[in-house]
Amino acid sequence: MKRDRMSGNEAVAFAMKQIDPDVMGAFPITPSTEIPQYYSKYIADGEVHTEFVAVESEHSAMSTCIGASAAGARAITATSSAGLAYMWELLYVAASSRLPITMAVVNRALTGPININNDHSDSMGCRDAGWIQIYAENNQEVYDNYIQAMPIAEHCRLPIMICQDGFITSHAVENIELLEDEQVRAFVGDYEPDHYLLKKGEPLAVGPYGISAYYMEIKKAQAEAMKDSRRRIYEVADAFAKMSGRRYGMIEEYMMDDAEFAVVLIGSSAGTAKAAARQLRDAGVKAGVVKVRVFRPFPWEELQSALSGVRAVAVMDKSEGFSGWGGPLFAETRAAMYDVCEAQRPLMMSFVYGLGGRDVTISTFDEIYGDLARTAEAGKVENIYRHVGVRGDEEGIQG
Amino acid sequence: MRERMMNINEQSKWYELTLGAEIYEPATSREVKTGEWRVLTPVFHNEQCKQCLLCVPFCPDVSIPVEDGVRLETDLDHCKGCGICAKVCSFGAITMEEV
Repeated sequence: MKRDRMSGNEAVAFAMKQIDPDVMGAFPITPSTEIPQYYSKYIADGEVHTEFVAVESEHSAMSTCIGASAAGARAITATSSAGLAYMWELLYVAASSRLPITMAVVNRALTGPININNDHSDSMGCRDAGWIQIYAENNQEVYDNYIQAMPIAEHCRLPIMICQDGFITSHAVENIELLEDEQVRAFVGDYEPDHYLLKKGEPLAVGPYGISAYYMEIKKAQAEAMKDSRRRIYEVADAFAKMSGRRYGMIEEYMMDDAEFAVVLIGSSAGTAKAAARQLRDAGVKAGVVKVRVFRPFPWEELQSALSGVRAVAVMDKSEGFSGWGGPLFAETRAAMYDVCEAQRPLMMSFVYGLGGRDVTISTFDEIYGDLARTAEAGKVENIYRHVGVRGDEEGIQG
Repeated sequence: MRERMMNINEQSKWYELTLGAEIYEPATSREVKTGEWRVLTPVFHNEQCKQCLLCVPFCPDVSIPVEDGVRLETDLDHCKGCGICAKVCSFGAITMEEV
């Protein structure tokens, strides 16, 4: 085990180098550009054997990955924001063809107005594409998640996104613990698919026409694979913990054992929320944090267990969703809690925050926890759907 | 799992299909009778035919078989009835008809 200081992008590129996959198809887009950039240097320096396909768009980047993966290669890419949006139709092709492609997503807002900063609207927009989605709070986590990606994806035959927050983790430099190359190689293993286009003696057709008599059966198989992937995510997490000493689950519970008030959120802001909760604990407030690490498959059982008995919960979305009724994480978390008995079911509110790089600080969370306490005292939710830090928004959280 | 295409049909259960709808054998398009889509049928008049074979490369569905330099009857299992063969024939050896 060695320590180094790396940005999140460097950490992902370094994990890629340790794995040394067969094909990378990528097109640069801020803030993920550094990943293929660092990786290209590894290729130029002869440190990896990967075939880098320099494409003219993200549509072609994902097409390259699909072709390579179908051919039997371990295929990777990296993207952000509009680049991910441009891959949209191919995301479904990859998932329905059951090609275990690994994509590093560096989360960034979607235009417009034109904005290069962090939020989750890109990967939340494709949350229903049939990809496993794992999110990181910090640089260590995105490195660790990337090392776990292929053992999950290739076992389940589902593509996987390893997400981190643009700039906040992708460009901030932190000390992280790195695994040895041999450890990573042994952990990830060789990629030996059962069927692939270049396999000698077995003609294969990929991506056929599937009329109404077959389409739903194929979707059902994808849905079952997504449900089953939860078990594999835990298996891989266990093996990873044995190797590294760092344990991951579907969610992370922070000070939740006796929490009366909790925030549920994804990504780097969890660190800020934890700091706020810690300070409030010192002041006698029973605050807790639930960080959702895996969004697809959705960790509904874990959330039920974590949030049952909590008095009031703020579910925080870093993407709008425009449902007119709260963000996507809120909708799904609240739906999960419907099955909890009424006495254990918390009051729940949606807070949309951090869009387009809008900062959230400890004082933001102080105000949210204060709001949760007032809501619990009142015994009912006054306003289910609010925004954080919007000027002129009287009903919102100003913190 | 290595299901043959012929073992998969519209009664197959979801777990009996191949992962990702992969097909593990070649030339399965032969089994798909696209000829059912046809409205007009090319009727071949052998006595008019000079065996110039111009219709053969023009057929977009590769449905005009050739044996020993001689075209045979159109493969009606796969001919979609587009009428290109009749159009390109200079000798009136193919006519499109409702049959």
